[in-house]
Amino acid sequence: MKLASARFALFSLGQLLVLGGLALLPVVDLVFPSLQFAAPSRTVIVFAIMALGLNIVVGWTGLLNLGIAAFTALGAYAFGILTCEIYPFQVGFWWGVLLAGAFGAFAGWLLGAPTLRLRGDYLAIVTLGFGEIVQDALKNLEAVTKGTQGINPLPAPTLPGLQFSSETHVRWFYLYLAILAVVVFLCRNLEFSRLGRQWFAVREDELAARCMAIEPDKAKLKAFAAGAALAAVSGALGASLLSSTGEPGNYDFQVSILALCIVIVGGIGSITGVLIGSIVMVGLNVILLPLLTQTLQRNGIGSTGNVLTSPDNYKYLLFGLALVLMMRYRPDGIIQTRKATRK
Amino acid sequence: MTETEVFMQQVIYGLSNGMIIALVALGYTMVYGIVELINFAHGDVFTLGGFLTLTIVGALGAAAIIDPANLGDSSHWLLLFALVIGAGIFCGGLNVAIDRVVYKPLRRAPKLTQLVAAIGVSFILVNLALFWGGAPMEVFGGGNAAAASKDFPELLEGRNLLGEDSNVVLRLEDVSIFIITIPLMIALTVFVKATRLGRGMRATAQNPVAAKLMGIDTDRVIAATFMIGGFLGGAASVMWSLYNNTISFQMGFRAGMDAFTAAVLGGIGSMPGAMVGGVLIGLIRAMSDQYIETRWTNVVVFGVLILILIFRPSGLLGLKQREKV
Repeated sequence: MKLASARFALFSLGQLLVLGGLALLPVVDLVFPSLQFAAPSRTVIVFAIMALGLNIVVGWTGLLNLGIAAFTALGAYAFGILTCEIYPFQVGFWWGVLLAGAFGAFAGWLLGAPTLRLRGDYLAIVTLGFGEIVQDALKNLEAVTKGTQGINPLPAPTLPGLQFSSETHVRWFYLYLAILAVVVFLCRNLEFSRLGRQWFAVREDELAARCMAIEPDKAKLKAFAAGAALAAVSGALGASLLSSTGEPGNYDFQVSILALCIVIVGGIGSITGVLIGSIVMVGLNVILLPLLTQTLQRNGIGSTGNVLTSPDNYKYLLFGLALVLMMRYRPDGIIQTRKATRK
Repeated sequence: MTETEVFMQQVIYGLSNGMIIALVALGYTMVYGIVELINFAHGDVFTLGGFLTLTIVGALGAAAIIDPANLGDSSHWLLLFALVIGAGIFCGGLNVAIDRVVYKPLRRAPKLTQLVAAIGVSFILVNLALFWGGAPMEVFGGGNAAAASKDFPELLEGRNLLGEDSNVVLRLEDVSIFIITIPLMIALTVFVKATRLGRGMRATAQNPVAAKLMGIDTDRVIAATFMIGGFLGGAASVMWSLYNNTISFQMGFRAGMDAFTAAVLGGIGSMPGAMVGGVLIGLIRAMSDQYIETRWTNVVVFGVLILILIFRPSGLLGLKQREKV
């Protein structure tokens, strides 16, 4: 086991390769201007941060969270309330993102504290229920959340001397990529920290961990809060991207499952895997399917009203098949973690 | 309408919906009792049952059936029973097939692996329901809007059985739910208590290894459990479509969550628990619709689910000597 020797590190080779690969995406736009990769690629990054949060909970600590989108929603709405001009706070982009993350951690702690003692499958259902409650509550508390309209307009990022708008989406993409790099850096060092090793211990064997003087409940609670914080940050970044929180239905069960698919397809527990998973799954969702739809429509196929010819209608099937096949043949994901080799 | 009448009306709604929820909940609880799996796809098997029912109704010729002049004809009851049995067998078969293909190879895998696979199956079925809804049939709206809700025709006469001047409305639909669900529940109880296969089920639920050592074909028992659970879900889908007059490809998610909540409320693994829990959830929904607000009802149900899981995970009837199927 080489856990202890890698106490502090910038990035692993795999992470560096994937981040570098992402950085090359806008170059594709230079070569093929019709593709417009950079704009939807920002969404890939938003989801990658959310999935890295979920990875802490599902991958490292072994708790199934089916309601991660709820924390994304709370982050987006916290960001909205803190920054939108119709509210008195208007703290600006950076404080908005940070405070949204802190609020997410608080919400995660609040949900986790009473529920983390539950058995794994029951915990999964509780988180699912929480996700639905948050969605409905955001929809119904119109006085604060503006109901299905969502809170808008929201500020774009600000940096001294640099403008961020829809015209400068390449610049915006690189800013988000830098934020992603910071998150990856934090996650990587968390992974090998004392806390990270506690999470692995709890995942592998709770009783043995307890014998090693680890308190599983506390470790789990920290994982829950950390995961929720990252999900909330991703919610804030996504809301800034749209300049709106969007309607609460944008943070439904399907989004939680997309995040779960990313973590599982990429390789449970592996940061590099999660990054690749984000590119594959979200890329499929926001880049490839729309592109396919356009191509089909240009050839006069997609517009016939036939349900089978619209690629968008295969999303559920793709998610479902991804989950079933991964569970059946590669339960540890594409990038196998140390988990397999350690045994 | 007086306060009492409003209340009585909600009790009728609550009981009718509750009986349907109870049927679906039985499917969750029986499967959990035997293989300790939250069969997340159960709600979507139920959805497909609804789509099959509407397809049959459409194929039989909408005109002949929907004609209000013919309502009250005994042939409608015959049709209703045929639909229940047809959808039941279809959903039961589908459930068994899912178990064979997806769950069986994962039987020894960690619980969360199985649950994630079940969620995957659920998404696949949702997509199949979406495709089905896009079928070029008149009852589906000609395939133009696959994702839209589909109207389900009235099959039973809408007359108020309590007399036309009564404020409280009790329709044949409400009564038919009881006429169909109660015998099904009695038959199920007798089956589990008195037959050889039922005894095998109880034994497998208690201890699968010991049951196998005693010569019980546990694979057969598990298949039978999925069959029966699916059958009840299919029967429920017919009643649900009939009662709510609309189906959609996503209806299984909410219906499934209601039913799972009911199963947990009653004590998961316990059959009487699922029945009681279903009726309770139906009543809670109806009362919340009336006395809180419809838009908060789902929050109330999920709140109940979370509170039970936290404070009494064994449910109302799931204490000590729990009678798992």
